[in-house]
Amino acid sequence: MNDNRDLSFQWNRRKINDVILYALIYICASLSVVILVGIIAYVFIRGVGSVNIGFLTSVTSVLKGTVGIAGNIVNTVLIIFLTMILATPIGVGAAIYLNEYAKPGKLVSLIEFATETLSGIPSIIFGLFGMMFFGQTLGMGYSLITGSLTLILMVLPLITRNTQEALKTVPDGYRQGAVGLGAGKWHTIRTILLPCSMPGIITGVILAIGRIVGESAALLFTAGSAKALPKTLTGIFSKIFESGGTMTVQLYLSATSEGDFDTAFAIAVVLLILVFLINIGTKKLTKKYDVTREK
Amino acid sequence: MMETAKIKVKKLNLYYGDNHALKDIDIKIRPKAVTAFIGPSGCGKSTFLKTLNRMNDLVENVKIEGEVLLDEKDIYAPGVDTTILRKKVGMVFQQPNPFPMSIYDNIAYGPRIHGIKDKRKLDEIVEESLRGAAIFDEVKDRLKKNALGLSGGQQQRICIARALAVCPEVLLMDEPTSALDPISTSKIEDLMEDLKKKYTVVIVTHNMQQAVRVADDTAFFLLGELIEFRETKLLFSYPQDKRTEDYITGRFG
Ligand SMILES: Nc1ncnc2c1ncn2[C@@H]1O[C@H](COP(=O)(O)OP(=O)(O)OP(=O)(O)O)[C@@H](O)[C@H]1O
Ligand SMILES: [Mg+2]
Repeated sequence: MNDNRDLSFQWNRRKINDVILYALIYICASLSVVILVGIIAYVFIRGVGSVNIGFLTSVTSVLKGTVGIAGNIVNTVLIIFLTMILATPIGVGAAIYLNEYAKPGKLVSLIEFATETLSGIPSIIFGLFGMMFFGQTLGMGYSLITGSLTLILMVLPLITRNTQEALKTVPDGYRQGAVGLGAGKWHTIRTILLPCSMPGIITGVILAIGRIVGESAALLFTAGSAKALPKTLTGIFSKIFESGGTMTVQLYLSATSEGDFDTAFAIAVVLLILVFLINIGTKKLTKKYDVTREK
Repeated sequence: MMETAKIKVKKLNLYYGDNHALKDIDIKIRPKAVTAFIGPSGCGKSTFLKTLNRMNDLVENVKIEGEVLLDEKDIYAPGVDTTILRKKVGMVFQQPNPFPMSIYDNIAYGPRIHGIKDKRKLDEIVEESLRGAAIFDEVKDRLKKNALGLSGGQQQRICIARALAVCPEVLLMDEPTSALDPISTSKIEDLMEDLKKKYTVVIVTHNMQQAVRVADDTAFFLLGELIEFRETKLLFSYPQDKRTEDYITGRFG
């Protein structure tokens, strides 16, 4: 059977549909870019004028007449540090247990289901729980540690799930190869599985840090909003048990109760730059730790 | 044909849950020789190979009865250290599975497990093992490069070198060439000639020509049973069992 049609291009229904579809896709794609760029531009235009060295290194004070977020920056760093230093080992450990040790079955599916549900719960509920349990029942009050403990509950699922996904993609051949050479389970995990999962673990950790940086509701209830800087170096440690607001919390307060939109937008600029840097850092790190890459 | 046996298997039965995968296997494997397992897909060749260094321990729900004696010692006896067992009985898999690390670290992986830390000693082992697997010249200038950047055939020889690096006594190979091109395959077949001078080699293969080329003894499996086990030449020229004859003449399988 020969096909007698000649090869010259002819419009037909299918081709017209294709063109329409492409047009729609392009419109949607450009729209999302325009919106994103628009928001960023707007925030920068409103806020960038107030961002300067003084803003980053001083504390807002009516007496001294200064406006600054140094205290909030320190609080943010402390909260990230405290949260991640506990959440990372617990989250990674849980993932290793679920994937490598626990027998697949009801209990594992239940835990996985619970983790998934946990990551869908609105953060304000975590805040409420953290305030009542850590703050009141355990008597830690409004403090960075109360905030961190609350945030750990929030970010654990992120780390555990990303680590688990990464562990699942490690080919079984690697496990068999290692065991076939006499490696024990833990040795295999340490020398093969964890290095292979590093990009996934880093992704989880970065997503968690992103979540912490962006969090306000859960922290208002738990860590409070104090903006003072620790007076001494050792003050940083005692600060852990005192109230302290992160940048995002301060942004919320500046834009609402304090009605200081200049500060709010300036913080927004700082946060945007931070998020941007975190993204670049993630790309660099995951690439660096990609063991499959030819070096 | 049996003077001494490196591995003796007595009345071995293996069950995957309800699936009776190996039935009453009795076999004696000669030292410093190549033994091939042939048989149609699903007859239990891989399963049997894995019982020889207890890789089945990784599978859930396996039940094993009978004895597997390595140098007269039962490897399923209580108190056997599988780390030492697997050092003595190494394994090469069907799919080349080099670890995602440098060629050097791949080869040094086994020796490091068994406590060798000295850099000079490791250098020596790495070179010796790579030579033993006939791949040293191809990779000597890129030992620090990721092993995943090698071709499939090279990767498989890296895996053989990795298995040799722990100085095994027995080398189990599960269809080591089925994922490889003809040139890599013949390189590995040539290699087996050398390997059997030092090691007891057991190889699973689907390729009967390969069994004829490399194996001193051949065992034919069918549906979990060991049907016939003789010198390769004899098995292929004068099969004693009708089923063996049907299989090697290509009447089924
Ligand atoms: N992990 C496992 N769990 C349950 N059953 C298994 C498992 N591995 C193998 N089996 C079953 O045991 C039987 C023997 O399988 P095995 O892999 O040993 O066959 P084989 O001879 O190696 O086949 P092939 O030539 O296709 O590799 C098959 O019926 C298979 O379905
Ligand atoms: Mg098989």
